[in-house]
Amino acid sequence: MAGIATNPRAGESHADIPKHLTEPRVIRWILIGAALLFVGLIVVLPLITVLSQAFSKGWEAYLTALKEPDALAALRLTLLTAVIAVPLNSLFGLAAAWAITKFQFRGKNVLVTLIDLPFAVSPVISGLIYVLLFGAQGLLGPWLQEHNIHIIFATPGIVLATMFVTFPFVARELIPFMEAQGVEDEEAAVSLGARGWRVFRKVTLPNIKWGLLYGMILCNARAMGEFGAVSVVSGHIRGETNTLPLHIEILYNEYQFAAAFAVASLLMLLAVVTLIVKSVLESRMSGKRYSA
Amino acid sequence: MASKGNKDRVLPGFRLTLGFTVLYLSLIVLIPIAVLALRSGELSAAQWWNTVTTPRVMASYKLSLMTSLFAALANLLIGLLLAWVLVRYRFPGKKMIDGLIDLPFALPTAVAGIALTTIYAPNGWIGSLFQPLGLKIAYSPLGITIALIFIGLPFVVRTVQPVLQDLEADMEEAAVLLGAYRWRSFRKVILPELVPSLLTGFALAFARGIGEYGSVVFISGNMPMKTEITPLLIITKLEQYQYREAAAIAVVLLLISFVLLLLINFVQRWSNRRLHSV
Amino acid sequence: MKNVKSFRLSLIAVLLFTVLSACGSNSGSHNNGNVAQSSPSASAKVPDPVELLNVSYDPTRELYDEYNKSFAEYWKKETGGTVKIKQSHGGSGKQSRAVIDGLEADVVTLALAYDIDAIASKGLLKTDWQQSFEQNSTPYTSTIVFLVRKGNPKGIKDWGDLLKEGVQVITPSPKTSGGARWNYLAAWGYAAQKNHNDETKIKEFMKQLFHHVPVLDSGARDATNTFVQRQIGDVLLAWENEAYLALKEFGDQYEIVTPSLSILAEPPVAVIDKVVDKKGTRQVAEAYLKFLYTEQGQEIAAKNFYRPRLQSVADKYKKQFPSLNLLTIDKDFGGWQEAQKKHFADGGVFDQIYTPGS
Repeated sequence: MAGIATNPRAGESHADIPKHLTEPRVIRWILIGAALLFVGLIVVLPLITVLSQAFSKGWEAYLTALKEPDALAALRLTLLTAVIAVPLNSLFGLAAAWAITKFQFRGKNVLVTLIDLPFAVSPVISGLIYVLLFGAQGLLGPWLQEHNIHIIFATPGIVLATMFVTFPFVARELIPFMEAQGVEDEEAAVSLGARGWRVFRKVTLPNIKWGLLYGMILCNARAMGEFGAVSVVSGHIRGETNTLPLHIEILYNEYQFAAAFAVASLLMLLAVVTLIVKSVLESRMSGKRYSA
Repeated sequence: MASKGNKDRVLPGFRLTLGFTVLYLSLIVLIPIAVLALRSGELSAAQWWNTVTTPRVMASYKLSLMTSLFAALANLLIGLLLAWVLVRYRFPGKKMIDGLIDLPFALPTAVAGIALTTIYAPNGWIGSLFQPLGLKIAYSPLGITIALIFIGLPFVVRTVQPVLQDLEADMEEAAVLLGAYRWRSFRKVILPELVPSLLTGFALAFARGIGEYGSVVFISGNMPMKTEITPLLIITKLEQYQYREAAAIAVVLLLISFVLLLLINFVQRWSNRRLHSV
Repeated sequence: MKNVKSFRLSLIAVLLFTVLSACGSNSGSHNNGNVAQSSPSASAKVPDPVELLNVSYDPTRELYDEYNKSFAEYWKKETGGTVKIKQSHGGSGKQSRAVIDGLEADVVTLALAYDIDAIASKGLLKTDWQQSFEQNSTPYTSTIVFLVRKGNPKGIKDWGDLLKEGVQVITPSPKTSGGARWNYLAAWGYAAQKNHNDETKIKEFMKQLFHHVPVLDSGARDATNTFVQRQIGDVLLAWENEAYLALKEFGDQYEIVTPSLSILAEPPVAVIDKVVDKKGTRQVAEAYLKFLYTEQGQEIAAKNFYRPRLQSVADKYKKQFPSLNLLTIDKDFGGWQEAQKKHFADGGVFDQIYTPGS
């Protein structure tokens, strides 16, 4: 899904369209105006709101909100979660894309659909399933308690829920990419006597590295921002199991609106950086496409 | 399934990668979801049916489906417009606009939720404009729809954009040479080509909308029967210690999403086949 | 093939390592996360410094912020030990669910006894837990009052005024919020008194009351936010402490109206036996809750707008807490189990009066 939703080729500007094929100037400007209006209303306005609310009490309050121990702890947990979830999902994405694009086997379509499943599952449900599985009343709960292993209401639960939600990102990004490349290069390498790991490292990886990075960046953005799923499994222990989005909710509920938006602006910054990196990668990828 | 035709596989790593894929998929996704079904299965069939069809639950499905549907429809139009403008016209700031389209994808939903609520609440920037007209945006289905439009914005744009880019200019040119008018050529030549991608984008936005929680929960007002979406109802059931009931509703929601997903894959395959057969 | 195999091994190793580090880093994170050092994994012997988790409901954030500091000082002075108290806040029902699901709370301080009963029913503490501490294990009380906009433009004086034409009432949903159940029962009690316990008339009153509710938030804090931040509604039914806090935060935009009759809201506290016995924290957990009853603890409660139990402190804060007629859950509603079953369970009275087309 993400593969479509964020097509690497989006944003490539098309060659000039001949005059007789384009619309009259008036219509063009009306359409452009309408498009700008929508983007302004839907996307830009929320951005401005976050910023203006974040700074409504001035710079100092803004910085204080970010330097608060609970905020820092939330930031640490958010980073930790991403550091675990993103590489694991990337590893999975590589394996899945390799199996799916380089080989033919029965049940492939089902597999592809199943990989997409977490996209369509409500985040709330993704949290719920882990509560049902690992909660004290859940299937494995009693055993886990006996062995004093904490999953729910601790970091592992948060990581798991995040992994579920961001599960398909890398795979979805890589599959169309590797499909387009076919298997000739790798087969040639194998016929020249190269072994599996080497083929992957020397032939496949250089070809897909931008796509991989791109998938990881999207995966990371989502991992850091997940709210619904994490909220169900977190337990909301201050300074310990609150991620940044949960910390925002808490501040919001404590009438600390400026602080809530200050922390929100941090996540927004992350989103904007993600988009910038993404568009840089896009131009590299499309550049590569044309040079190839 | 691994043994079939293993001999003519030149490339290594089939078993390893497929094995790992299936293992990881099972651990993270399939087994937990199976537990969900199992848990809801603890209810008897009649209880199960009663749980998922009480008026309050039905109202929540209706709300979730309707708001997602309207949001997806709105995104269909807005998305087509944006894709069209971004592909075909040149204007200052185009690159930035193009980048901004993906923002809803990268912005945490909770942040989107509080920002949208701040804007559309009766004392917010836009909410206050509509307040005198007696129109309530936040805390009404309209507010939920707006949140879902925000969440679903990138889908249609990003599915339509590449197709529009690839549309052969000469195809259109032929239409013009044949004397078709612009609107006619759009309707007869371009639009049919876009239908599969429009449908895919629509379904994606729709599916995403049904499950959305983080952004909606702030803006909806959570009135049972009126503005209570299904994911919120699941949470409510959980908070009332009704695990099996929560699981049952979750299964229904899951089924809806899964059907949509199959539909999307079907549309994609259908359009692929159509393209390849040309 | 050899290469593949070793790759496979290293893959598994990587996977295992990551999972382990995920678990490990959990206990690690509270080590370096905070000032006081914590005991990594709980064992039977009393750890020092000791760490307690207090799972509480929404409006007590400010109260326990202050109380935890005093208790830590007190504990240091008494025993020389260091105690660090972690807090978790949320809707009372949600918090109770989390504890049932395995959130390892040493103590719970929730909005109503029903939510602790639910935990007890899963065997995490004894069912007669309310006998463990004085005053039904309720060290402080509160009541339900009205928060109205400055100058009381709609002239709201008592429960009956809530049904006046054009009055919008804000209350959270009794289904999810503990505070909302107190709201609901207080209104019910008023209607019962007015209508001489005629049940059909009481239900009619309640039905009309909920017709005046434009937003039904899921928690008490959400409802307060709707009222003060979103400027929706004319009157907020709120915990007295929550109403005072709103006054403190938002100054002179609001005022409190005390109705003629309300309910004695008793937010109880309890030690979770199973957790403290496992972690060996019983002694400090019990001391933590007992300290709430001391003059110092009561003073902090009163400062945070909870009605103190201790007479000396109550006298001192008499001006802040006007006396009014208070119903109690046990005398007037037959206890929480009964009230819950009759009013708030699925298909109960609340569902009957709050259905579509009504």
